[in-house]
Amino acid sequence: MRTVAFREALNEAMAEEMEKDDRIFLMGEEVGHYDGAYKVSKGLLKRFGERRVIDTPIAEGGFVGVGIGAAMVGLRPIIELMTWNFSFVAADQLINNAAKIRQMSGGQFTLPVVFRGPGGSAHMLAAQHSQSTEALWAHIPGLKVVMPANPKDAKGLLKSAIRDDNPIIFIEGEVLYADQGEIPDGEYTIPLGVAEVKRPGKDLTIIGWSKMVKIALATADALAADGIEAEVVDPRTIRPLDEELLVESVKKTGRCLILEEGWPFNGVGAEIAYRIGRRCFDDLDAPVERITGADMPMPYNHHLEQQCIPDVPRAVAAAKKLLYLE
Amino acid sequence: MAQILDMPQLSDTVKIGVLQKWRKNEGDTVAPGEILAEVETDKAVMDFEAFDQGVLLKRLIGDGTSVPVGTPIAIIGKAGDDIRELVEEARARAAGGAAKPAAAAPAPAAKPEAQKPAPLPAAKPVPTAPVNGQPVRPTAPPPPRAAAAPSAPTAATAGKVLASPLARRLATDLGVDLRTVQGSGPGGRIVERDVKAAAEGGAQAAPQPDSVDWRAAEEAPGTMPATATAPRASAAAPLPAHLVPERRTEARPAPTLPSGDVIKPLSMMRRTIAARLLEAKTTVPHFYLTADVDMDAAMEFREQVAQVHGARLSVNDLVLKACALAMRRIPEANASFSEEAIIQHARVDIGMAVAIEDGLITPVIRDADKKTIGQIAGEAHEMAGRARDRKLRPEEYTGATFSVSNLGMMGIRDFAAIINPPEGAILAVGSVRKEPVVKDNKIGIGHRMSITLSCDHRVIDGALGAKVLQAIVGILEKPISLAF
Amino acid sequence: METSAPEREPTEPRDASRTADKAQLALYYHQMLAIRRMEEALAKAYALRKFGGFLHLYIGQEAVAVGALAALKPEDYVIATYREHAHAYAKGMSAKSIIAELFGKATGCSKGLGGSMHLFDAEKNFLGGYGIVGGHIPLAAGTAFASKYRGDGRVTLCFFGDGSVPQGAFHEGVALAALWRLPVVFICENNLYSMGTPLYRSLSVSDVSQKALAYGIARDRFDGEDVVRVRDRVAEAVRRARNESLPTLIEIRTYRFRGHSMSDAGLYRTKEEVEESKKRDPITYGRELLVRAKVDEKEIVAIEERVTAEIEEAVKFADESPELAYEKLAEFTYKD
Repeated sequence: MRTVAFREALNEAMAEEMEKDDRIFLMGEEVGHYDGAYKVSKGLLKRFGERRVIDTPIAEGGFVGVGIGAAMVGLRPIIELMTWNFSFVAADQLINNAAKIRQMSGGQFTLPVVFRGPGGSAHMLAAQHSQSTEALWAHIPGLKVVMPANPKDAKGLLKSAIRDDNPIIFIEGEVLYADQGEIPDGEYTIPLGVAEVKRPGKDLTIIGWSKMVKIALATADALAADGIEAEVVDPRTIRPLDEELLVESVKKTGRCLILEEGWPFNGVGAEIAYRIGRRCFDDLDAPVERITGADMPMPYNHHLEQQCIPDVPRAVAAAKKLLYLE
Repeated sequence: MAQILDMPQLSDTVKIGVLQKWRKNEGDTVAPGEILAEVETDKAVMDFEAFDQGVLLKRLIGDGTSVPVGTPIAIIGKAGDDIRELVEEARARAAGGAAKPAAAAPAPAAKPEAQKPAPLPAAKPVPTAPVNGQPVRPTAPPPPRAAAAPSAPTAATAGKVLASPLARRLATDLGVDLRTVQGSGPGGRIVERDVKAAAEGGAQAAPQPDSVDWRAAEEAPGTMPATATAPRASAAAPLPAHLVPERRTEARPAPTLPSGDVIKPLSMMRRTIAARLLEAKTTVPHFYLTADVDMDAAMEFREQVAQVHGARLSVNDLVLKACALAMRRIPEANASFSEEAIIQHARVDIGMAVAIEDGLITPVIRDADKKTIGQIAGEAHEMAGRARDRKLRPEEYTGATFSVSNLGMMGIRDFAAIINPPEGAILAVGSVRKEPVVKDNKIGIGHRMSITLSCDHRVIDGALGAKVLQAIVGILEKPISLAF
Repeated sequence: METSAPEREPTEPRDASRTADKAQLALYYHQMLAIRRMEEALAKAYALRKFGGFLHLYIGQEAVAVGALAALKPEDYVIATYREHAHAYAKGMSAKSIIAELFGKATGCSKGLGGSMHLFDAEKNFLGGYGIVGGHIPLAAGTAFASKYRGDGRVTLCFFGDGSVPQGAFHEGVALAALWRLPVVFICENNLYSMGTPLYRSLSVSDVSQKALAYGIARDRFDGEDVVRVRDRVAEAVRRARNESLPTLIEIRTYRFRGHSMSDAGLYRTKEEVEESKKRDPITYGRELLVRAKVDEKEIVAIEERVTAEIEEAVKFADESPELAYEKLAEFTYKD
């Protein structure tokens, strides 16, 4: 094992896969000469050259469409969105083309393309630059949605995503890029569609992904001081969701708390809560609880912003409510 | 500084208290230790003593009102204190269903120095932001639809028990009757810990459910027995919210119909008896063994004891001790039924039925096999008295391993009692009859007493039951055994 | 670096020298006529309620699709709009697979999952029919990108209507192709109306080919009723793409005789205008070219009869084909 930063883990994944397969190229704004707006693609231009690491003008609809077209005829593009807030500019390409070409053509075309970039809030970036978009993308059949929480998952999942033959929305938590974490030496991948128990426990299940995993673990630590053992489960892939592992955990603990940075209405948590409510109906001691981002565009002011994002005190309170401890 | 007093937690299991009677009026001075009011818990009436010096400024509820533990019931302070804000707050808390134990706390929760941030608009399910690191719950119950948000314990529709799905499943697994479990969740919802508590029981070390017994009378004159014995109820978790009447029946005149019929609303006790009786009768496979005891020697024994010791032993005292000895000799019968196992108890705790106003209760004589007949008699007498005054503590009427019910003083020849689950058996005792008997092939006069042992066939089968009855008969017919 | 083809007149005299031989002319005539008959058969089937949804007919524009695709090699890519039955046929897809697709049958090119607007054939490099106006133009830049990336020498032909030009996707697709010098030919089939809106009400500059100036790419502009002219002019752009890896924007002016789709009452243009345009019917003109090339009348009739039989057989095939079972649907959403 060795310790790397989250962004380095992503860099390694791309470099390793590009080394092995000439069909893979990286395209996006500032990915080449600038070494990446968030330095995720640092060094890749130098290593692979301009044919394979392509800087684009600011034209998301255009270059996302280019990625889809190239994938249709056999290349394996990695299209970087500078942030997922900008994905809406390319919404038509992603929703009407990437998600649908396979089915519309009766299965004749495969689209092995990864759309990746940072998502979620950072620090005082205000409404248009702070969005968690996974609920919107996960709603679309034909797309897969993957969200790693730490360097080990980031590298393993990105490699799998690149090797997958479907269009994949790969959202990296913007504030996670500098996080250090251990990753295995040598070649490894993590399969898509497989969740992970990040911390075992018996009294309640806390489900969180991406940035929320750290909040969930800190919540579990706080609860442990009161003798409550929470189990933290990270879906890792939002679509397809590893429902079995989530259900198994809640059947064991009887209580479920979902932490989600995105908006509440039709959030990913709403889907998970439905599935848990349905599959674990006779195992629940309390209704499924969730804490989400505030139901509004993100405010600029720092203190307000912090209160619009799930945090440990609120998660602890919700957990205790689940246990009927006021 | 004036403060709110909440309905106290006077037993570890009570969830709803009935303020039977104020002992202080508004304006009265109260010293620490003085009794503010008499409060009825599960089955006993307890004294609510004041902790602090002060004046009883306001009584928030009247005599006979029942409220959940933790609900404001009074305001105490110094004469002349302005209590309007406290009254408001108390009303708000009572309406909001705040069932948390106030623990004599002053003004609860939301009054921080810092301005609390406004609740997030249209985000009712999202908790409001933490203040000073402490989570603040939304002050208003969330959903606008009244049906969906039972934040105060309400009397739910008849027959509907609020329980989480897990609690229901657990109740089935552990053999707990949800109708007798008090829920600690919102709206009186029964949750996992309530069911577990009900199953594991109160004071006993052995894993048997606590119970409240209301049984037929002892032989003391003037008692009013019910027909048959009522099975156990669960005292660790008293009645669910919807079974709790808003007022005690005594405080409310029973309405009379034009036909002259009188409607008597069920009290807590009656409801519990009804539920437990039904459960025992329908789920426990009873069978009955009857024997006639030759009571000549026993009656003689009693006489001797009266003369020599000046102590009066009742027939029932003898029966209690005889049963205790029988249980010690035949430990397989001193047992309870549970889903996966028969639990053979280490202690012999004999419950004796006592008729009280409006029902029954069964005080328990602990380690009856180790006590002398004199001790048993004393205890039985004392507890019967307190039972009639409803002054028994919960741990005194729960956890018997075998029970005795006696209707002899009512002229009953014999009867069959209903077992109080999860006990394995119960003995029903009839009157001592002076009648013609066969002695040495000749007709003579003798004392005979009919006793009937009801057995739970899952725990005690025919042969074992017969053995038990034989033992009891044997001890009563040779009362010298009672000395051991 | 600015490159552009020499300016051309919008129209050429009809009797300019031909560069097609009899066999080619016969092929083009067959194709155009087959497309015409196919579209007519589809209109009839639609009216008989054999299928529903949208139906956008190409009647009147046949020379554009046939002529342009005649300039391609089989390995070249074609990507088009929802008015693409003609392009699909000209790319080599059978009338059977097209009509069966519109009838929603499992034997259709997209197994009945696409319908009129989503014809696809991976083997024939026909990369779709799309329903979002202009949305496919960046995809064309993408396939051209792939060709350049691999150096395989393929060219992409991207068809769209005058209605696509205002869309942002048009701008982004053409801009990227220009910036990266991609081997793609953008062909705007200007039939003068976006649904019910005439050109002058949607574009401030009605010469669509002038957009090329903004991107510094080659352009062309001509009338499209002459299938050979279409072929030859498109062939120039194809050569530019294949040999120099440079894109071209071509505006071909044409006319559709029917409405935008089956539900269009056509109230936005006069009957006279329509009748006038029918005088420049590409089928009529194509037949004339055969006659002028001294092809025997009997042979021409034989072509026409073959076409009739081909389309009749295709309709029968489609009628008798089964539908895909619901249980098989989920297989096509993701690739395992």
